[in-house]
Amino acid sequence: MAIWEYGFMQNAMLAGLFGGLACSLVGVFVVTAGLSFIGVCIVHSAFAGALLGVWLGFNPLIGALAFSLLATVVIGPLADRGEINADTSIGFIFTLMIGLAFIFVGLMPGARTEALNLFWGSILTVSGGTLVFMGIVTLVVVTAVAAFFKEIQAVLCHREVALAVGIPATAVFYGLLVLTGATVTASLQSIGGLLIYALILNPAAAAYQLTYSLKRMFLLSGVFGVGSCWVGLAISYLLNLPTGAVIVVISSIAFAAAAVLSPKRRARKWLKLQSTT
Amino acid sequence: MRTCGSSLPRWERSSPVSGAAGPAIKIEGAVVAYREGVALNGVSFEAGEGEFIGIIGPNGAGKTTLLKVINGLVRPHRGRVRVLGMEPGRHNGGLIRKHIGYVAQVRNIDPRLPISVRETVTVGAFGKLGLFRRPGEIERRRVAAVLEMVGLTRLADRPLGHLSGGEQQKVAIARALVQEPRILLLDEPTMSLDREARRDIVELTRMVHESRRLTTVLVTHDFETLPTACRRIVMMKGGRIWREGTREAVLDDSTLSELFSVAPVSGRS
Repeated sequence: MAIWEYGFMQNAMLAGLFGGLACSLVGVFVVTAGLSFIGVCIVHSAFAGALLGVWLGFNPLIGALAFSLLATVVIGPLADRGEINADTSIGFIFTLMIGLAFIFVGLMPGARTEALNLFWGSILTVSGGTLVFMGIVTLVVVTAVAAFFKEIQAVLCHREVALAVGIPATAVFYGLLVLTGATVTASLQSIGGLLIYALILNPAAAAYQLTYSLKRMFLLSGVFGVGSCWVGLAISYLLNLPTGAVIVVISSIAFAAAAVLSPKRRARKWLKLQSTT
Repeated sequence: MRTCGSSLPRWERSSPVSGAAGPAIKIEGAVVAYREGVALNGVSFEAGEGEFIGIIGPNGAGKTTLLKVINGLVRPHRGRVRVLGMEPGRHNGGLIRKHIGYVAQVRNIDPRLPISVRETVTVGAFGKLGLFRRPGEIERRRVAAVLEMVGLTRLADRPLGHLSGGEQQKVAIARALVQEPRILLLDEPTMSLDREARRDIVELTRMVHESRRLTTVLVTHDFETLPTACRRIVMMKGGRIWREGTREAVLDDSTLSELFSVAPVSGRS
């Protein structure tokens, strides 16, 4: 029997499609606008929120969404207003969330299996309800990118300019952070809190190495994201390895290959040569 | 070219922006303070339609803050601001900014940034296009015409980060012109550029003013980069307007030395 004929594998393939696509698209926001640290912070906030849900017995997705949105609401204005150095404020929230996550795990009675699943993810046991939620979030992300592409392009590449020409740049920026939070929430149970950021960062970082067009970057990132999930699934099944970890390793290999083959490396050498002559 | 009148949306037609009477910019007693201190201390400033004003002064004089007050990016704690007949506030800042071309200081741009020169210039049209509308043939032609005007047609499809500082500054001016603004604000447009690039930008600002007659405010700390079209000079120091007048009246060695707090060289007037 071929592996894709199993019901759990079909669900896992769908989860890989939705999670890989949504994570890699929001990864383009994170990589292009240089928001890597904010992205990490949102991921760990969602993780802490989900663990709170597990500890108190409510839906972990609700906790993850609430905490990631809370982090967005706190970090964005702190960084924008310059009241505190952006890295300091993000670092403060990040470490607080890590601390809370471990406290929530420590307070849980019993075997803590559900909590451990949130650490590593469980794409092979993803439920129908989670798949529907992932599908909805992916649809929202894809629609937002298509409908607001020109505003997103302006804000990612020239945020101050976008504001100066009359684009609602601040609203667009926070919208992108909220989409990142929602995507993390949707993919947390299948990919895992410790691994999901690699799926956000690696496909987009690989695409960033290969093109000067934002449209192509979104497409390439999507292909790398979904490809990493599906190839990772197949390899983990064949070699009996942890799926989330294999997906992350595959996406890292894709990034390393893109970095080595990047035409931008040649361009950098050429620009350096130009500036010295 | 878009004209004022029936082609504009109703909310925009009814606002003074589309046909403001009186000065294009009027600021009375503006006070702006940051954590670091007071940036503007009771500044009053006026610019008539089509006027070209140069603002010079040392670093920290409040020149950039004044530009940001004009385009509504900074709101004064005290004082009154009217731009194109409207008071910039929380809800109409975006509307006013659609009519103001703002060229910020040159910044280091990542050479790997995934955006081309043409795409960057097209961003200038996005504000007036509004949400959900994509640039069409009209915008494409306008972008091509402006790229031709600033001499960047051959570089249109290059990645923005591969251009030199002077070329990037021309891109910023082109982007501001694609906006079809009524006011053009230039913040140190020649800073960190070599002599040749500085000359190109000065010539370009002169040409833009002569061909479009925009109300232009150019901020610089280098009075030599003020084009001859700039007849009125405003000198700023310590967050205040220190002196103003025609270039003949204020641009002499002793006034400039005093402005920049340098003792005048003996034997020179």
